[in-house]
Amino acid sequence: MIRRLGPALLVVGLLLAVWQVAVTVSGVAPQVLPSPARVLEQGWAFRDALWANTLPTVQVTAIGFAVSLMVAWSVAVAVDFSPWLRRALTPLLVASQTLPVIAIAPLLIIWFGFGLLPKVLVIALVTFFPVAVGLIEGFAATDRSATALLRSMGASRWQRFRYVRLPGAMPSFFTSLRIAITYAVTGAIFAEYVGARAGLGIFMQLQRNQFRTDLVLAAVAVTAALSVTLFGLTYLVQRLVTPWYRGDHR
Amino acid sequence: MKVSVRDLAVSYGDRPVLSGVSLDVAAGEFVSVVGPSGCGKSTLFGALTGILDGATTTGTVTVDGGPVRGAPFGYMPQQDLLFPWRTVLDNTTLGLEVAGVSRREARARAGELFEPFGLAGFEQSRPGELSGGMRQRAALLRTVVGGREVLLLDEPFGALDALTRTGMQEWLDAMRGRYGWTTLLITHDVREAAFLSDRVVVFSPRPAAVRRVVPVDLPRPRTRAMLTDPRIAAVEAELLDVLHS
Repeated sequence: MIRRLGPALLVVGLLLAVWQVAVTVSGVAPQVLPSPARVLEQGWAFRDALWANTLPTVQVTAIGFAVSLMVAWSVAVAVDFSPWLRRALTPLLVASQTLPVIAIAPLLIIWFGFGLLPKVLVIALVTFFPVAVGLIEGFAATDRSATALLRSMGASRWQRFRYVRLPGAMPSFFTSLRIAITYAVTGAIFAEYVGARAGLGIFMQLQRNQFRTDLVLAAVAVTAALSVTLFGLTYLVQRLVTPWYRGDHR
Repeated sequence: MKVSVRDLAVSYGDRPVLSGVSLDVAAGEFVSVVGPSGCGKSTLFGALTGILDGATTTGTVTVDGGPVRGAPFGYMPQQDLLFPWRTVLDNTTLGLEVAGVSRREARARAGELFEPFGLAGFEQSRPGELSGGMRQRAALLRTVVGGREVLLLDEPFGALDALTRTGMQEWLDAMRGRYGWTTLLITHDVREAAFLSDRVVVFSPRPAAVRRVVPVDLPRPRTRAMLTDPRIAAVEAELLDVLHS
């Protein structure tokens, strides 16, 4: 663990040190650029407020990502079974990814208010595409000769899906899951930034309006920690779901 | 005849792949098909197992003199296609599970064959832990455990090194003798065809037709020593002659 994380921690430490020294030497105002020590100190002083705003963000992220996963799985499975649906939905999938979320998010707030729904929709909108595409391509990447083997055994379309296409798509799924989950937290922050009662996004906006740059950066640090934790969790889940890839590919 | 193929023609659009192939395999007989690469040998197996998509197929295939009923053919592709997400045992039960046999019974039936197939003790291993020869044996086990009447082996030893391949050929002949399998083998290795077969069917280049059927008059079991037997050499020479003419 230390050996794997060591280099990353060293680089982060070095960057923070350079930042600290630069701030101290230049004497720049903390409203413009606070030192990392100050961010840490003020973040700790305001830990109750930070924590109270982290929980809603985690909640929104979890719900939004769960919805996104359910939709992505449903669409990917449907598309895998029906070439007609593939042709019908693929342009829509791509279009969903080209929507300017920055323009859509305020509209969602106008339509659905400050509750959970618009935030869940923003997260689903930004994370749904990579997961769906990862799954669809994972299913489609099934070896043709594996399909031939299963068909020679008399396997139905459903059996081929269950025995070969689904397990074979897992590596591709987890890769896309990792990409999507990093979008999920930033998606939640962004949705809150546009309008929310609580959450890290709205917290950042309030602090910025009061020129508390140190607290904005403290919230950014929490966001980063959250994303990294979720990213790490995907590896854990992958090991639980697909233990076989450990023996073969490592 | 166990299997009779008459005037089998397969084409994709206006591109013929097989043009009027006729061949017979008697019960317990071992017949090989050799031919130039890309001539459509594998298409023959596709037609027999009924997995060709978008192809026009004419001609007749009979099993035991009647039309094909159920799934009499057990197909073994060139790659072993053992899936990493299943243990070796559960890979061998795949065909049974597809056929609706309960997991428990499927494991019992496949498990019995691990000893004669030289795989005892590897039931719970992952395919990646097996050697190339063992993987092919596991793939063959998966093919025969379903009790299919005719085995279709598509270059099963093509990916193995020469030493392992010779061992596997000898082993296959011994197993065939023990279980009495009716076997159709596709290979591009004329020595393998001569060594294992009762008869060798030579295909022409695409669109494939039968050029010649060469009988192999050698006693069984076949052993390594026979590889240098002049009768094998004569068959090999005849096969190469037809293939290169």
